[in-house]
Amino acid sequence: MEDFLYFFSFQDSSILFIVMGITLLGIGSAYVGTFSFLDNKALLGDAISHAVLPGICLGFILAGEKNPFYIVGGAIFSGALATFLSSWLKENTKLSEDSIIAVILSVFFGFGIVLLTMIQKTGNPEMAGLNQFIFGNAIGILEEDLWVYGSLSLLIILTLSLLLKEFSLLVFNAEYGKAIGFPMKGIRVVFNILMILSVVIGIQAIGVVLMAALLITPGAAARFWTDRLGTLLILAALFAIISGIVGTYISFIIPQMPTGPWVVVSLSTLALISFLFAPKKGVLFRFISRQSYLKKTHKEHVLKSLYKAMEKQKSGLQIQELLSMYPVHKTETLKSIKTLNKINQLTVKEGFIELNESGKKEAKRIVRLHRLWELYLNEYMNIAPDHVHDSAEKLEHLITPELEELLDNRLNYPKLDPHQENIPRDHDDH
Amino acid sequence: MMTIDTNAFLIIFTASLIAISCGLLGVFMMLRKMSMTGDAISHAVLPGIVIGFFISGTQRGIEVIIGAGLLGILATLIIDWLRKKAKVQLDASIGITFTLLFAIGIILINMLAYKVDLDQECVLYGEIAYLPIDLWITKSGFSLGPRITWLAVLNLLLVITFIWLLFKELKLTSFDESFGIVLGIPAGAINLALMSMVSYTTVSSFEAVGAILVVALLVVPPATAFLWTKQIKSLIKLTIGIGIGISVIGYYLAFWLDSSIAGMMVSVAGFVFLTSAVLTSKKSKFKFGTQSKEEAFSS
Repeated sequence: MEDFLYFFSFQDSSILFIVMGITLLGIGSAYVGTFSFLDNKALLGDAISHAVLPGICLGFILAGEKNPFYIVGGAIFSGALATFLSSWLKENTKLSEDSIIAVILSVFFGFGIVLLTMIQKTGNPEMAGLNQFIFGNAIGILEEDLWVYGSLSLLIILTLSLLLKEFSLLVFNAEYGKAIGFPMKGIRVVFNILMILSVVIGIQAIGVVLMAALLITPGAAARFWTDRLGTLLILAALFAIISGIVGTYISFIIPQMPTGPWVVVSLSTLALISFLFAPKKGVLFRFISRQSYLKKTHKEHVLKSLYKAMEKQKSGLQIQELLSMYPVHKTETLKSIKTLNKINQLTVKEGFIELNESGKKEAKRIVRLHRLWELYLNEYMNIAPDHVHDSAEKLEHLITPELEELLDNRLNYPKLDPHQENIPRDHDDH
Repeated sequence: MMTIDTNAFLIIFTASLIAISCGLLGVFMMLRKMSMTGDAISHAVLPGIVIGFFISGTQRGIEVIIGAGLLGILATLIIDWLRKKAKVQLDASIGITFTLLFAIGIILINMLAYKVDLDQECVLYGEIAYLPIDLWITKSGFSLGPRITWLAVLNLLLVITFIWLLFKELKLTSFDESFGIVLGIPAGAINLALMSMVSYTTVSSFEAVGAILVVALLVVPPATAFLWTKQIKSLIKLTIGIGIGISVIGYYLAFWLDSSIAGMMVSVAGFVFLTSAVLTSKKSKFKFGTQSKEEAFSS
């Protein structure tokens, strides 16, 4: 608890600095990552984050120390090489994109490991700092480095915000952008540079192996809550900031604990919550709405069967008769009867079911929609009468009163469907 | 002097065995466009390895292999769930799954650091250079040779048996899954079996070459072979050849530059891949028999 207060009251100015740095970095990566997620290139970020390792090592070898300028320069160089190679390979070989990314990722990382072990063998005392790039250590970032990385993050955020329109064109409709005169190739190059930059900054806190999470997960999670680009970017940034701070806090209270894994775990938790519980797109929501739709269709089928029985001059149906019409859905049928009874659309007397007035009206409506749709398909789409039933069976649950009015009007208020059956209306005498 | 002594031979021999096992499975992963899933699995087995280590107290325990196998299958199932049930696009599903599982693995290593003789570096680079001193000694004190070599032999035998038994099924489902299903091949089960083999191979090899470099051996030799041929039998032969080649060259280069053997094998593989890509590329002059698009238009 003491640690918690100490950390979050920001008495220590260096903690304040680091949290600010993590916030900027999180926003930058989440922005770039969300765009590449929307562009269906989520794993390119993974390839680039592995690919910067040899560049970082080269920068270290050239500078002889952990100089942020050399390291960023080296990383940009190898990140750019990886990006170039992957698009070259895509154009010039028959390999699938998936294989290309896997090859680039593992080869660059392998070469990075070679350089890393070579540096290790030289016994350079600065080496310890280099290992942090693999799993990240936000607490270990030096204050002077923080200035460099913080301003680079700001640069990314600013560029993306100013060129929002261009980048949206790039991910949503590059062809259209080209047609109306935007230099799409140039925009792609700028975007790739931003992506490499955000990787270079991100790996300070999260490490090369797990950097992909900071690019992919915030956007994927935020996508469940909104369809609007602006909200999406803000949410993604928020997720990244929260988990960045959680990760930093944990590596602050547990010495030796790298930051990256905890950032990833808290990000994934946020993502899981989004996948499950987000309204509309969440798994739970979709499950519930599917269940209630199934219930509704089943109820409507029961009403329809009762109405058809009435058309055959019966006053209703035995429960057994009704159950035998839906042999695989016995429990659902019983449930539907119970609910319909409760809302007073039908009465059950000694195992015999009859429609009430309101039930009759509802049943008429469904049969009417079914037959109107059959007639429409037959007359306007020229579909044979024996082929229209299945489509009507689905549409009868979906047609709105407005659409019904439109259909009725278009078909000139017909009396008979293609099977010469009556299209029932409320003012009929039944 | 670089002569072939016993140690060098053992290391190259073991590395080749591992490269061949990975390459054989990699061919089918690549044909199914599942190379990145292979990458995801090799990251995702880490928590299984750590938990298995922790339970058995030794890296030789069967628990380690079971743990890794379970986690590998779990990863495939999570990716599938995210894609089909939560409707997340495939590449993002892969990215989310493997980063989460790998992160949990690293956290477990750090939390159990005092109880488990396993460190982050070992996971990353492997320790094939120490292979000759890690011997398998029977209770009577008789040395049977390096433990990791035996593991690699066993692994390769299992992989070969697996592919030999299921060759037709693997081939059909790799090229045309729906046709395979029509013929009555349980594509889902074949897929899970392949993923289990990949998980097992990863765990069996990670001590030697590191969990991440397993990916390179899984992906790069088959991709290189694919640049030269599309026939499945030649693909397999070429992949095996490349696996042996990079083991030999990688070992001597690493020896010469005093660097990581596994890393060097991957770098050599990358070099071979790039050279092949340039030689076989659509614009290349070296490619005979076919005409490039530009030439076709100008003539």
